[in-house]
Amino acid sequence: MNTLTRALADGLTMFGRHLTQLRRRPGELVAALLFPVLMIVMFGYVFGSAIRVPGGGNYREYLMPGLFGMVIFTAVMANALATATDAGRGVMDRLRSLPVTRWAMPFGQSAADLLTGIPGLAALAVCGLVVGWRPHEGAAPALAAFALMILMRMALGWLGIWLGLVMKDEKTVDAFAPIFLPVTMLSNAFVPTEGMPAWLRVLCEWNPVSSLVAALRELFGNPAAPATALPLQHPVAATVLWSLALIAVFMPLAVHAYTHRNR
Amino acid sequence: MEDPIVVAEGLHKRYGDTRALRGLDLEVAKGSVCGVLGPNGAGKSTAVRILATLADPTEGRASVAGFDVVRQAGEVRRRIGLAGQSAAVDEYLTGRENLRMFGRFHHLGRRRARQRADELLERFGLADAADKPASGYSGGMRRRLDLIASLVVDPEVLFLDEPTTGLDPRSRGEIWQAVRDLVAQGTTVLLTTQYLDEADQLADDIAVIDHGRVIARDTPDRLKAQIGTRLDVVLADPADAVRAAGLLTVRAGRGEPDLSGERLSLPVGEITLPEAVRELDAAGIAAVDVSLRRPTLDEVFLKLTDRPKETV
Repeated sequence: MNTLTRALADGLTMFGRHLTQLRRRPGELVAALLFPVLMIVMFGYVFGSAIRVPGGGNYREYLMPGLFGMVIFTAVMANALATATDAGRGVMDRLRSLPVTRWAMPFGQSAADLLTGIPGLAALAVCGLVVGWRPHEGAAPALAAFALMILMRMALGWLGIWLGLVMKDEKTVDAFAPIFLPVTMLSNAFVPTEGMPAWLRVLCEWNPVSSLVAALRELFGNPAAPATALPLQHPVAATVLWSLALIAVFMPLAVHAYTHRNR
Repeated sequence: MEDPIVVAEGLHKRYGDTRALRGLDLEVAKGSVCGVLGPNGAGKSTAVRILATLADPTEGRASVAGFDVVRQAGEVRRRIGLAGQSAAVDEYLTGRENLRMFGRFHHLGRRRARQRADELLERFGLADAADKPASGYSGGMRRRLDLIASLVVDPEVLFLDEPTTGLDPRSRGEIWQAVRDLVAQGTTVLLTTQYLDEADQLADDIAVIDHGRVIARDTPDRLKAQIGTRLDVVLADPADAVRAAGLLTVRAGRGEPDLSGERLSLPVGEITLPEAVRELDAAGIAAVDVSLRRPTLDEVFLKLTDRPKETV
């Protein structure tokens, strides 16, 4: 077996491990599927009843790209938690004592997360269609929108894997969980940024979540506020750049943190 | 030592200001069982982690089966098994799934990995629980699964880091039997333990570690011989204790006697049991029980590390 086929085999074994785990914990998938329903009810009907979309338009059409962004962002927590659990319980040390290709663990985790993330996105899309959301620009831009989401999920997943490896403890990751929600809220996902104070507005406009959400609104043809900030004027390019930058930074950091032997 | 399979030379390990190892030297002969004993925090686990390629030494060198643990970590990993405190199985997976996964990580191939998992489960009495998730296993079953997870390929050297800590006596016995079976096949074992009877039961050789260094290295028998024989006396009347201790110390004592109520224990040199009884009888001291025994490894250990027993 040469190095490359061995590396691929290791990655596949790790991926298979995550799939088996998921079969043992169907609750996790159920939660991932229920989350979008809950979000649509909460934001679409509870908050949405009091929010006005700039230039008119249905709030739920405005909201859907925001919810997609939120679901994509859960990749950080999901990956951090899975990785920290392995690191904290000694499974990772056993794997590190085996002749396993160094990057098989983080890559297997990343691939497994993408696979579990897709049903969540599909569930959200179906719920959206039920409450009146539609992609208006046709099939090709809609597919591009989903591709963009998967790219961003992968990028955020690597950030999560690195965080999990650095924290090494599921309880620490759990303690950080409440911080992740505001990060998605500090964006254009749920309300237009125009009404915000200037300093907050800048923060929100440069949040990668905002780029993704703006890109989705453009590709799905959903209502959007007029863009002023640079990343929101070219949201598709900004999202691709954000994703590549996150991957370029956190993929090597994660592999290094996994391989590092100073524990 | 002839043909050592594990060699550590001058290992140092620092974590920030903590110095976990301070010049640890250790050799383990091929096919032997080396018991590494030490109080908590003495550096046992750190030594195992370095030898098993999980951590790099700050200074010094180590090799396993002729391969350097830092520069040739991949070769070392192909030849070792690690079980105990430093390693775990995936609790969401069944025993069988765990073993198959580890087999595939050893690049056994799908079919061979399946066969090997079935063989091991059968041999170590886990066949009935094989298809239950490991999270539902009892403590003893989980340790056994953990142990056999390190045997997926026959390791040349097996590192057992406190393999029975927290287990009930019956489960400990099962793990011990499994280790003995492996040793009979020629596997070299490096075992860390807090239980001295475990080392006594399993090890050919003992290394006592304290403050990150090996402070004694010998067979259990010779370590015990170092501190001589002990004479234990249970007196009919506790009031005789001091007199009896003085008498026996003058006759054959080799150190301070331990007195506690009617019980008296003292390290002795040349004395036979009848001589000790006659000595007490002549002085009119009535004894309920008199026995001459070799020291336990606990006594050796406490003497060597010079610490109160609670910290062991």
